[in-house]
Amino acid sequence: MSLRRIKAIAKKEIIQVWRDPRSLMVVLLMPLMQMALLGYGVNLDIKHVPICVFDREGSQQSQALMKAFQASLYFRIVETERDYGAVKRAIDGGRCKMAVVIPPDFSQDLAATNSASVQAILDATDDNTANIALGYAQAVVASYSGNVQLERTQSLGQPPSAIPAVAQYRVWFNEDLVSRDFIMPGVVALVLALVGAQLTSLTISREWERGTMEVLVSTPVTRMELMTGKILPYFFIGLLDATLCLVIAVFWFETPFRGAITTLFVTTSLFLIVVLGLGYFISASIRSQVGASQIALVVTLLPTTLLSGFAFPIEQMPPAIQGLTFLVPARYYFSILKSVFLKGSGLADLVAPIVLLALYATIIGLLAARAFRKTLG
Amino acid sequence: MWGRIFNLVLKEFLQMRRDRQARFRLIIPPLIQMIIFGYAATFEVYHVSTTVLDLDHSQESRELIARFADSGRFEIVETARNPAEIRRAIDRANAVVAIVIQAGFAEELRKGVSAPAQIIVDGTNSNTALIALTYVNQIVAAYAEEMAQDLSRRLHPARPPPPTVTLEPRPWYNVDYNSRWFFVPGVIATLTLVMVVNLTSFAIVREREVGTLEQIMVTPIRPIEFILGKMIPFFFVGLALTVVIAGVGTLWFQIPFVGNPFVLLLGTTLYLFSVLGIGLLISTVCLTQQQAFATNFFVINPAFILSGFSFPIASMPVFMQWLSSINPMSYYLVVIRGTFLKGVGLDVLWPQMLALAVLGLALLGLSVLRFRKSLD
Repeated sequence: MSLRRIKAIAKKEIIQVWRDPRSLMVVLLMPLMQMALLGYGVNLDIKHVPICVFDREGSQQSQALMKAFQASLYFRIVETERDYGAVKRAIDGGRCKMAVVIPPDFSQDLAATNSASVQAILDATDDNTANIALGYAQAVVASYSGNVQLERTQSLGQPPSAIPAVAQYRVWFNEDLVSRDFIMPGVVALVLALVGAQLTSLTISREWERGTMEVLVSTPVTRMELMTGKILPYFFIGLLDATLCLVIAVFWFETPFRGAITTLFVTTSLFLIVVLGLGYFISASIRSQVGASQIALVVTLLPTTLLSGFAFPIEQMPPAIQGLTFLVPARYYFSILKSVFLKGSGLADLVAPIVLLALYATIIGLLAARAFRKTLG
Repeated sequence: MWGRIFNLVLKEFLQMRRDRQARFRLIIPPLIQMIIFGYAATFEVYHVSTTVLDLDHSQESRELIARFADSGRFEIVETARNPAEIRRAIDRANAVVAIVIQAGFAEELRKGVSAPAQIIVDGTNSNTALIALTYVNQIVAAYAEEMAQDLSRRLHPARPPPPTVTLEPRPWYNVDYNSRWFFVPGVIATLTLVMVVNLTSFAIVREREVGTLEQIMVTPIRPIEFILGKMIPFFFVGLALTVVIAGVGTLWFQIPFVGNPFVLLLGTTLYLFSVLGIGLLISTVCLTQQQAFATNFFVINPAFILSGFSFPIASMPVFMQWLSSINPMSYYLVVIRGTFLKGVGLDVLWPQMLALAVLGLALLGLSVLRFRKSLD
């Protein structure tokens, strides 16, 4: 390896980037747009679920239950129905995600048999929203039920009976279960994967398209030197993008950051090497610039979005798909970022993903260096 | 006019027929993506790794823990001996949930004093944590209910049981809360968008780059004829692709189809018009394939995020909600999920159909105008 030749290649690459301000704009604008889009658009918090109510009894007791739903922050009563047909229309049309139906003999049942039930009709097409709404509804009804019991024991002059077993929760690391705090590290990983692979995907194919490949081949530069020199400038652009994304995540979207900057720096550098190497590999394998950037997009956008664990939990996927996720470098980086941001993990806690990421970098580096052939055929 | 359009359509089909490799590229990647993403996209929560610290060692504590394991929602992966081990298990992400039962749990239960079971949840993945908490609640509440009945029978045999109100869930359209039923139609809509926009936008730009566009320009063809001539073949290709992907996706993942196929066909046709319109519009703005590629990305990605594919539109800020209202995919998702799962017809879906038609016309009209300009 000759340092002089690496420097020469890097310098040439910097000049080329500098002379193409439009692609430089893309490099800076893409992270900004992505951060804004995903930071605001990706939100799994479910509040104010639109519901409709169908009170078939209209008693004081049924009205009290309706009031409990009205008072809950998680629901918003948008319609009051008078028959089942209207309930069906409201759910079919998607105006309500849930309908609370109180049977006509609700308070009678409660008085006579000491048990009564209320129906929750859920639009389960969106199973996640339905599940979460059901959880909230159960909490509303349970607390209402507790009140009814309390009133009864008080009216009978008995001491209040305690609920025998209760679950006391403590949520660690993301106390209020804010989905954005979990999603932002994933967004940073996604943006860096996208930008990183795009940056280097053009480097070699550009030489082919501009006809400078012949000149490059005739120089004494080796594969390793060429790769190092080509990746180096983009590594610094990538770090700049990473800083931009992380600053937006922490200061604009107020994602809690509990770890150390050094941990972040080390792991981000490693991840950048992987994605830049991936882009270079694609570039060295495909001669057209458009083809290369398309492939770079295909292997980063959807796999990172769906298989890195930030949109869908990896543990819940079938084993074969879980195996596939090991091929997605953002999987490791996201698990690192998530821990550094929310848990405040240090390098020692992150040995496993860091080692895997380093292994990935080595393999991709070797493949990428080999993919470039100093022939014109 | 129709003769010229027909010639152009014929030319496109001939071109497609000659490029065997392109046909292969067109159909195989979406199918692979359909299968992988169909499997990957799920919000269901099963077998949450759980660690247990039982300091009571009583029959009652074991019973409660067994209920967690039996529910299928939780899987006891570790048994901790002290709080430090709990901390470590959650820090290292070996467990997402920890159940801690303090000494004296059973005794308090028997006395009728409220006995707490401590549940610690790793909240980093907020959605999984939230759903896991719902299941924790259900399990502990059911256990408490039985204990209360038991207790009141033992302590006050004469007294009637305490009054309780329960909620009976009736999940419509998707009784088992199967995530796949929600996501597979979404994946179909996404792949259609990605494929058709790429296909159309590159087609015209390539002609521009290669120089065949100029040859077409010297013929007496008019902008509207040119756009139609390009649109018709891509419409049929897009429709064929959507049908193949939808067919494979539904059969493979056994997604029920309860609606009217003609309503879905109408919705798909209107959606394809809008998507073709996006592709054509991009192709009239861009001069090189490189530009078309970048523009596609800047259009497709927001369309995907702001469609309601997995992130509810209602939870977005108002500005984003406004953007999603000019996004054809957000309407098509309502149509495709409505016909697949709910079986609703035009009486319910007409606003979405109307929106898709308006968007399609606007986009196609705009590309005709733009195309005329780009000729001058």
